[in-house]
Amino acid sequence: MISVEGLGKRYGDVIAIDDVNFSVGKGEVLAFLGPNGAGKTTTMRILTCFMPASSGTASIAGYDIFEAPMEVKRRIGYLPETPPLYQEMTVTEYLIFVAKIKGLSQSNRKKGLIGALEKTGLSDVSKRLIGNLSKGYRQRVGLAQALIHNPEVLILDEPTVGLDPRQIIEIRELIKGLALEHTIILSTHILPEATEVAQKIVIINRGRIVAVDSQEHLSSQVRKSEKMSLRVRSHHPDISGKIKSITGVLRVTPQADSNDLGLGFIVESNLGDDIRDKVAKVVVEAGWGLLEMKPLKLSLEDVFLKLTTEETLETIPHTEQVAL
Amino acid sequence: MKNISTLVGKELQLYFISPIAYVVAMVFLAISDFLFYNQIQYFSGLSMRMMQFQNDLPELNLHDAVFQPTLLNMGVILLLIVPLLTMRLFAEEKKEHTSELLMTSPITITEIVFGKFIAVMFVYLLLLILSLHVPLMLSVAVDVSWKPLFASYFGLFLMGGVFLSFGLFASALTENQMIAAVISFGILIGLWMVGTSVHAAGESAFRVVVNYLSISSHLSQFVKGLISSRSITYFVSMSALGLFLTHRVVESQRWK
Repeated sequence: MISVEGLGKRYGDVIAIDDVNFSVGKGEVLAFLGPNGAGKTTTMRILTCFMPASSGTASIAGYDIFEAPMEVKRRIGYLPETPPLYQEMTVTEYLIFVAKIKGLSQSNRKKGLIGALEKTGLSDVSKRLIGNLSKGYRQRVGLAQALIHNPEVLILDEPTVGLDPRQIIEIRELIKGLALEHTIILSTHILPEATEVAQKIVIINRGRIVAVDSQEHLSSQVRKSEKMSLRVRSHHPDISGKIKSITGVLRVTPQADSNDLGLGFIVESNLGDDIRDKVAKVVVEAGWGLLEMKPLKLSLEDVFLKLTTEETLETIPHTEQVAL
Repeated sequence: MKNISTLVGKELQLYFISPIAYVVAMVFLAISDFLFYNQIQYFSGLSMRMMQFQNDLPELNLHDAVFQPTLLNMGVILLLIVPLLTMRLFAEEKKEHTSELLMTSPITITEIVFGKFIAVMFVYLLLLILSLHVPLMLSVAVDVSWKPLFASYFGLFLMGGVFLSFGLFASALTENQMIAAVISFGILIGLWMVGTSVHAAGESAFRVVVNYLSISSHLSQFVKGLISSRSITYFVSMSALGLFLTHRVVESQRWK
């Protein structure tokens, strides 16, 4: 549905995004994850034909964004970071205006309006002036604006920013509902949001993509070994050595939270090597009292921090070299 | 074409929802009526005195004595008022981020520029039509010669195209409405006054060029009742230049 190849954008000497590649299949939800200023908005603005790229290309629904911008614009709904609203208009007036410039025929306009009002829960405030609405409602009007012409692709720039927790949940639910009919790209710097809504996550930092994958794949990509936490009741001094001698175990690290109730360990093994039954057997046979055993998965937050900080670490020796 | 009419409708709606159109119309009419009133007073005093000379002096001409000076002054008032109409057109779209909606919708920049221009031309035309109440009222009492008056208003209308297109250009340059207004004042007053430098320029090709560039010299032709193709060409081509520059500025902002 969407494919992006080698997209780059410079503002003078500043490189906003560099060599961005990804693709989104029909009906997928892709989340752009990155710290502020990473290039999320720039990428989205290029995809919506708001600004041209300096290099690379992209196509949406089979139309190239440079060669057929009008066709692309007809097929996307875009919610910018600040919802583009005319404060002096009522919700209905505004949405009808948007429907007109999106090229909807008169009969489709009514349908689109009713559908958009219903989906975003705006029916009750449709006669009110946009300027008098609260921030949460304005964000919904922004969403309604993006989906009034029932576009194949929705591009949402930080759709939940600045909302209260309740509204955030509502908007997320709404986006999940929309994902059934639309292909969605959304950007966020909130990690749980990405994991909750999207099947595919693109982590972007300093204008470069550092990782593209599903959440599970991303976690395993960063893991260098399988980890699990183990807890036993006994304080026997041989526990650590015994477990280490099990084939497949790489490392055993005692945990700081060991107390009277038991000893904690982190047991590492080779990737893809499931040693849980072996460890359990050893512990049970020795009579140490197995209290707890669970595999440790990196949360997306860990992945994110790891990927974005690794990037920074890489650049440090580089600058030192330059200084020498 | 359908897109342009949608955009015109939206702009007109925004003009008449907010107080701006009403305030501008009220101030404009108050000042122009005052100018008419003064001139008519002067004219009636003059006519009284002329009647005391019972000789073959040529009849006083209402158009020359009342309308010509007043309409020329009205041009100046319009010059001061038009930037207030145009300043928000692009500046506000940028400030409120609604430009992102327009630029990502399947409409062209040309349609956006024309939509805004035609809408503000409507408002301008409305101002001119409203100011016609003075000649209409006068026509009850005296013979108003409508043909030169038509020529004058036609000139004012064409001049509006220049004012508004450069106002639009100024508005496209910035997202601050005050700055947009000040820039368009600068451009319009410059174009208006360039004629006064003619006396300093002496007899030269430069003088011809400068004289041709002056809005006031062309307007004074129309106000005399003279519709010249030369002046029509000037107003139309200057308006086109303003619109072209606006288009370029809006387009170039995508690349920044």
